[in-house]
Amino acid sequence: MTDLTHLSAAELDAALSRGEVSSVEVTSAALERIAAVDPAVHAFLHVDAQGACAQAAAADERRAAGESTPLLGVPVAVKDVLTTRGLPTTCGSRILEGWMPPYDATVVARLRAAGMPILGKTNMDEFAMGSSTEHSAYGPTHNPWDLERIPGGSGGGSAAAVAAFEAPLAIGTDTGGSIRQPGAVTGTVGVKPTYGGVSRYGLVALASSLDQAGPVARTVLDAALLHDIIAGHDVRDSTSIDTAWPSMADAARRGSVDGLRIGVVRELTGAGYQPGVQARFEDAVDLLVKAGADIVEVSCPHFDYAFAAYYLILPSEASSNLAKFDAMRYGLRVLPEAVDPTAENVMAATREAGFGDEVKRRIILGTFALSSGYYDAYYGQAQKVRTLICRDFAAAFEQADVLVSPTAPTTAFRIGDKLDDPLAMYLNDVATIPANLAGVPGMSVPSGLADEDGLPTGVQVLAPAMHDDRMYAVAAALESLLLEAAGAPLLDRLPDLQGAR
Amino acid sequence: MTTVTAGTGLPSFDDALEEFDPVLGLEVHVELNTATKMFCGCATVFGRDPNTQTCPVCLGLPGALPVVNARAVESAMRIGLALNCRIAEESRFARKNYFYPDMPKNFQISQYDEPIAVSGFVDVEVEGDTYRIGIERAHMEEDTGKSLHVGGATGRIHGADHSLVDYNRAGIPLVEIVTTPIEGTGRRAPLVARAYVAQLRDLLRELDVSDVRMDQGSLRCDVNVSLRPSPEAAYGTRTETKNVNSFRSIERAVRYEVSRQAAVLRSGDRVVQETRHWHEDTGLTTPGRSKEQAEDYRYFPEPDLVPVAPESAAVDRLRQGLPEPPVVRRQRLQASWDFSDLEMRDVIGAGALRLVADTVAAGATPAAARKWWLSELARRANDAGVPLDELPITASEVAEVQALVGSERINDTLARQVLDGVLAGEGSPAEVVANRGLELVSDEGALSAAVDVAIEANPEVADKVRGGKTAAAGALIGAVMKQMRGQADAAQVRELVLRKLT
Amino acid sequence: MDEPGASLPADSSTSGASLTRDDVARLAHLARIDLTDAELDHLAPQLAVILDAVTAVSAVTADDMPVTSHPLPLRNVTRPDVVMPSLAPDEALAGAPATEQQRFSVPRILEEEA
Repeated sequence: MTDLTHLSAAELDAALSRGEVSSVEVTSAALERIAAVDPAVHAFLHVDAQGACAQAAAADERRAAGESTPLLGVPVAVKDVLTTRGLPTTCGSRILEGWMPPYDATVVARLRAAGMPILGKTNMDEFAMGSSTEHSAYGPTHNPWDLERIPGGSGGGSAAAVAAFEAPLAIGTDTGGSIRQPGAVTGTVGVKPTYGGVSRYGLVALASSLDQAGPVARTVLDAALLHDIIAGHDVRDSTSIDTAWPSMADAARRGSVDGLRIGVVRELTGAGYQPGVQARFEDAVDLLVKAGADIVEVSCPHFDYAFAAYYLILPSEASSNLAKFDAMRYGLRVLPEAVDPTAENVMAATREAGFGDEVKRRIILGTFALSSGYYDAYYGQAQKVRTLICRDFAAAFEQADVLVSPTAPTTAFRIGDKLDDPLAMYLNDVATIPANLAGVPGMSVPSGLADEDGLPTGVQVLAPAMHDDRMYAVAAALESLLLEAAGAPLLDRLPDLQGAR
Repeated sequence: MTTVTAGTGLPSFDDALEEFDPVLGLEVHVELNTATKMFCGCATVFGRDPNTQTCPVCLGLPGALPVVNARAVESAMRIGLALNCRIAEESRFARKNYFYPDMPKNFQISQYDEPIAVSGFVDVEVEGDTYRIGIERAHMEEDTGKSLHVGGATGRIHGADHSLVDYNRAGIPLVEIVTTPIEGTGRRAPLVARAYVAQLRDLLRELDVSDVRMDQGSLRCDVNVSLRPSPEAAYGTRTETKNVNSFRSIERAVRYEVSRQAAVLRSGDRVVQETRHWHEDTGLTTPGRSKEQAEDYRYFPEPDLVPVAPESAAVDRLRQGLPEPPVVRRQRLQASWDFSDLEMRDVIGAGALRLVADTVAAGATPAAARKWWLSELARRANDAGVPLDELPITASEVAEVQALVGSERINDTLARQVLDGVLAGEGSPAEVVANRGLELVSDEGALSAAVDVAIEANPEVADKVRGGKTAAAGALIGAVMKQMRGQADAAQVRELVLRKLT
Repeated sequence: MDEPGASLPADSSTSGASLTRDDVARLAHLARIDLTDAELDHLAPQLAVILDAVTAVSAVTADDMPVTSHPLPLRNVTRPDVVMPSLAPDEALAGAPATEQQRFSVPRILEEEA
């Protein structure tokens, strides 16, 4: 019998509809795979075998009763930054160790309503701050392509789980690339929807005006199927878009680029991009041309400042969002030894003990950028630059229907390589950040392996806000062009993980 | 001669004003009477068990998000309009960042440089003069939780061992109303401050946007005071006295701060810009945190909320729906009731304006309505220690009592007993009259018999009356009334007595 | 009284500021993080480098540019004033480090809230 863990979500869905397999079988297979490979990969912070099996059984009952909604019974992993009622939610931080939220995030509630068993919670950089998952307080996740390397971040756990066939699907969150960059370096598909497309209720906020949850998958169609389940208006999120969205799955199935104008963003290629990354990107562009797309070069001059604006806006919002972790109502409480244990001192001692270096760096930077006397020069100026970036996008989308670029400037680097150089770490997000600042959708599609190191690379597809369906259509077309050229899915070349470490 | 404020060694208020000109600023926090909190659907009932009206949003749990209460925005706009403010075309929420255990997120969602209402005024009358108080802004924000300090001897924050926090109040909508600096009040500064807050309370009650209960904290006042050598001089350094929560305290706090700051300035020191705490028991203020070392609040636009941009048509609709402004209403009522200025001031001073108006509307004459509320009922409220409008009697019941008097079914003496009965929960005035048997006896036969008994019992008095001394009839009338247990019309009795004896 | 504008300087001439060890200590205190001396030694130079990089925003001429605090042009998102169920108190208190009398027990508070 086929290894169930290697089937796509769409294939599983079809097999479940035909009654060839049960959700219990599919879910058990995933749990067995997790048990076998996760000691080496460490994609999960918490595995809920019992809960997942119960949900799988319930899904089978629904199927037996004649229900056949999309992905009913297909298991999913959830990044540990989304609240799950009765399941620990740590955000990769000591300060939330053991916290059991009394409520489900809207995304999680929708997964449950769709009958998708939740396998567990995936590892991440602490409070989603990072591009390598090394900043998790619970140890790094390892890239299934090379266990000595990072899986990207902050959602390295979700990407690695999907790449390592531990889960057919996962949920990630993307504030500056945390879905897309891990997708690129693990050879998976990662989607950041239009800001406001997916509810943020229950997504533990890093930067509220940038955060967006989205699908992590092995194929574009799988991502689209998951997207259709989690997206849509939510009255609990004031920034949620109240509109009827077209089906992303239909767009992915349609998959065409013929006659489309595809813009290559000058500022997101060339210098600073690893040659193998650049080469795979150019191959992808060539394929698109052959398939009938018009390639236009567009310039977005203010993208050069996106990184700086982002690293002011994000820390500013984060410094405020993370103030709630203060030892008073939930989470860790540390009593200081040297000083009087007043509320103020307990807060300071707890935040000192409970937060890692990267969180402290960003909170301090954000506190500075918002502080009296510096607000206009830093936070205020960054918001103006944000306006210019939005305008650059608007101008570019007048010339092109979608934009493309490499997703990340490099392939996966070695664990530990950039830990002491925060700035170098931040530069991993240089191509993904603009989409968050402007709220436009973006996704990463695997584009092959870099010649110099044999590691996965990704192509980013960006579309205008609200046009996520166009992005899926282009990505699906590109995916099939690449598959045709390569002869087999990229992940077929994943090294054997069984028995590793 | 220098006089001092008793018990403090500070110059007296009058003395201080010989040398200094006071400038006031008032910040009033109004808790709105919405059914739910500012940003979540939790109920807002006062006095419920701790932490029973909380949810992920108002507890500030990770991942929760605020959603604005439409009615709170409407109330804030109505308050702004009633204060003659301009309603902002686009208004925004901002985060005010500071750490405090009763604030669940360690930031308060408030408004900063884009408040919902700006640039208004109210006219306040003090001793016959009108003062126009400028309103700088009215903005929306959320309330904090409440801490109970445990382990100290007094239950106060100082000396406490730890604190217990209840978040039922956290997230209840507040509107903060901030005045521009109030100048030119001189000796009347304490009265103007008090009158302003009193008028604000009346107005908010009229708008029906708040319970405006100072004793329950639904109306809270911070008093800013500064002194300067003359009205031409630049503003002096101000202090902000927090949580001055009764009308009398507002007056006292202003007086005390004027005296205290005068003493500081006279001694050559400078006033420290700081937050001060008001002590109801001693009538003193003491320093809190110095503003010069104060937190940097790091305000920035609340990214979880979108701007409030009211359409002008909606604002116009709210404006048209506003109740009559209090000053206009007072003038209109005084004219229609034909009250003197003094009578009107008594009514307002007793907090009986609305009660009298409602009683008149229910059919009583203005004079009668004023009489019942300001004499009998004011005394009973005072005895019970409750505000007049919290007595368990309605305006229509008072009007009904007066109607019974008017139709001569009872007299004023019996009417007092009827009021007692209504206040004691014995039912409507008619029911009290029936159950207590208070109706006047108008049966001539019964009265005549009682008069005969009285004449028989007091032959000397009867002789005097027969002899033409009609003034002596009073003793006989009294005896009859006593026999009838008051339930007789004294005039009718008098007529009967005189008819029988002359 | 919090005067609007009090902490929003009118000019942006402060760009190019650098972060000293003392600045970082002061900011950490404002953010309620009790950094150790070793951390200050380690983080202060890193933060100076990061700040230097992000100060690039000041190179953009954007004086008249409107600010974007949000990527969506949404306005007037509200909910009706209708009561929704609250958490049960035991759920509300479940995560608390300490509770007493159905309240969150917190360490001694030094100063009244201003």
